[in-house]
Amino acid sequence: MSEVKNNPNIDIDDVYKDVSEWRINTGDIKVVAKRLPGGFRTLKWLGMSIWSLLFLGPYIRYNGSQAILFDLPQRQFNLFHVTIYPQDIWMLSLTLLFFAILLAAVTSVAGRVFCGYFCFQTVWTDIFTLIEGKIEGDTPQKAMKFEKAPWTFDKLSRKILKHTLWLLIGLFTGISFVAWFTDAYQLWDNMFSFQVSLTAIIIIASFTGGTYLFAGFMREQVCFWLCPYARLQGVMYDQDTVLPSYDAERGEPRAKLKKGDDFSKRGSCVDCNVCVAVCPTGIDIRKGQQEGCITCGLCIDACDSIMDKVKQPRGLIRYASFKELHHNAPRIPLYKRFRVIIYGLILLMALGGIVYGFTHLSATEFKVVHERQPLYILLSDGSIQNKYTVKLLNKTKKPIKIHFEIEGLEGATLHELTDMTVEPGKVVPVTALVRVPADKLTDDLIPIVFKGTIDNSTSTISYKSMFMSPEK
Amino acid sequence: MADNKNEPTQVGDTGHVWDGIRELDNPCPRWWLNALYLSGVIVVVYFILYPSLPLVHDSTKGLLGWTQIGEYKEDLAKVQAKRAPFEDKLAKMSVDEILADKEMLNYAIGSSKVLYGDNCAACHGAGGAPAEGAGYPNLTDDDWLYGGTVDEIQMSIAKGRQGLMPAHEKLLKPEEVDQLVKFVIDSSNGVKNEAGHALFTAKGCFACHGADAKGIKEMGSANLTDKIWRFSGEESEIRKTILHGVNDANDKQTRVAVMPQWSQKLAVMLEAKAYAIADGEDPNEIDWSDELDGTEAERLSETDIKKLTVYVHQFGGGQ
Repeated sequence: MSEVKNNPNIDIDDVYKDVSEWRINTGDIKVVAKRLPGGFRTLKWLGMSIWSLLFLGPYIRYNGSQAILFDLPQRQFNLFHVTIYPQDIWMLSLTLLFFAILLAAVTSVAGRVFCGYFCFQTVWTDIFTLIEGKIEGDTPQKAMKFEKAPWTFDKLSRKILKHTLWLLIGLFTGISFVAWFTDAYQLWDNMFSFQVSLTAIIIIASFTGGTYLFAGFMREQVCFWLCPYARLQGVMYDQDTVLPSYDAERGEPRAKLKKGDDFSKRGSCVDCNVCVAVCPTGIDIRKGQQEGCITCGLCIDACDSIMDKVKQPRGLIRYASFKELHHNAPRIPLYKRFRVIIYGLILLMALGGIVYGFTHLSATEFKVVHERQPLYILLSDGSIQNKYTVKLLNKTKKPIKIHFEIEGLEGATLHELTDMTVEPGKVVPVTALVRVPADKLTDDLIPIVFKGTIDNSTSTISYKSMFMSPEK
Repeated sequence: MADNKNEPTQVGDTGHVWDGIRELDNPCPRWWLNALYLSGVIVVVYFILYPSLPLVHDSTKGLLGWTQIGEYKEDLAKVQAKRAPFEDKLAKMSVDEILADKEMLNYAIGSSKVLYGDNCAACHGAGGAPAEGAGYPNLTDDDWLYGGTVDEIQMSIAKGRQGLMPAHEKLLKPEEVDQLVKFVIDSSNGVKNEAGHALFTAKGCFACHGADAKGIKEMGSANLTDKIWRFSGEESEIRKTILHGVNDANDKQTRVAVMPQWSQKLAVMLEAKAYAIADGEDPNEIDWSDELDGTEAERLSETDIKKLTVYVHQFGGGQ
């Protein structure tokens, strides 16, 4: 700062000049990306196809009911024969942790893979632009021509067709989302008899509107300005992360190809601009890694096809790390990269926890809460009584009968609670009284165990609690 | 750059320059300005729809007629509508029936928490056990002055209770008091004290506390043979009870122990029913116009007392 102040010769406008060279995509020019076939295009289709699960998943049936159902009103999650209750919420936390770390791990290895091949914004936008291209023209020139053409019946009908298709996709997205939370077949039934709940209507409407707006109009602008994950992933790169990059050393100086050009005397880049034309976010990868790059690899496909034509080796634009490109360093194997190892360990831990959770789901959730006020009661014969609230949740689909006993304290007798029947999915708080004669009390705090035997089975449940008495 | 309006080299400045850095005079973003104007519109709409401008005695009412108290009452009505089927059912059930019905029992206990907290907890403690040494009866143990069945508990709440023990300061010699104090402590510890028991009988204590000193629940007299003390098991406190009595109007140092009456009307009704049953008559055929004159005080409704009976009964000491 003081340098600037002390040196009147520095023109402050020079400082801005570098920046003003940089074209920033603020959505003022519609990106109409050219579609070329290629390996990464196929990969993108594969990633996108996973989303068909969203549309088809709710219709899978298992034992007469929906196989995967997030039943919010009943506070349970049905996954084939397993029912998960809010008490198992820790498994959800581990699942979220797993996917969050997976995102970080994949990003540190190969950049914004999620953005490029799987993100719903990318996927829906790709479908929407595919439709738009088919109807209104699939090159910027054709699209511009269509836009500037006078309003004829043909133009109007094409516009209406496009928006109808967009809205239909949005509608199906909304319906499919809602179908995970309520019986899918019932939902369709209700829709045709106009009995859908207001909540479902609001959710479907917001999905329809959201999809229409985000994939139809906002498109790459969401990635540029709205999406926090894009920024988050952007900062998770390091110099070993492989990203679609332009090999400037080989490519420059770029120039249009002329007859008789000797590639040993010029750069490989023939300045055909195909890499820019195919980019769904409209950036120029040759300017280096930048925030608009969703690492979808379509520019690699495009450049490779040109290199084939001019008989040059492929890979002028390729997945390469910063170190490979700028230090000619060999790629470090994954197992030698510290952060990949750490991410891997966390992934393994989370996965282990989830597997443990699923294999150790118990049929019941059993809790015994000691009364807080009063902690103990003196009875007329001098014995001490403690009061507990026993809460037992039946996570099975049948009623269970349980016989209770007290263990761990000689002379303790259980009152009010001996046998109880719990209906499926219900938790019933029941009072239990434990009495102990004064001469059996060795301490003012004695651990006891509530043990329940589930009828018609050998399985038992137990809960450790405390028996309290006045200090001696 | 397609849009040059934010181009630093082409925008005017405010004339302020610090360290060679000009303060550019870019307009506010359009969306931001629109949001500002929109919020202004919302304020006007709000002023029209809701009470807003304070006047001398009141305020403008707003087109929607919304009030805070109105919203509260609406919500309250919703809660009451939800409770209504249970309350109606509860009103028709006896306490015994409620105790037998798991669902109604859960409802009664759940809805009595506030009732108990408002009316009972001040003396008897939040969980039915009063603070130590406070001198109020413990509702969680198995020792009941007036009986621990649901009918007896209900009667105690409805009618209120006020025991009476005369002061003995002028009736007994100091050494007789000493002997009685020792007898009471021995009884509680299960130690035989023949001389003490003889004095207990001679001085007429048995008239209220019973020949076996176990108390008579019709009179609400304390059981002297168990481990539970109505007031305190300290020697000096036992002496105080004997010397000054309980609720003795003629002794200024007497212990005051009054359970207020919560429903005179219900108490009269319960008594009339009890007499009718004792006389072999049908309690359903009582002519209430003979029994009630309409002036009976009711601090709590019959249903509330039923709920409290259930609540107290489930503290753990109910019989």
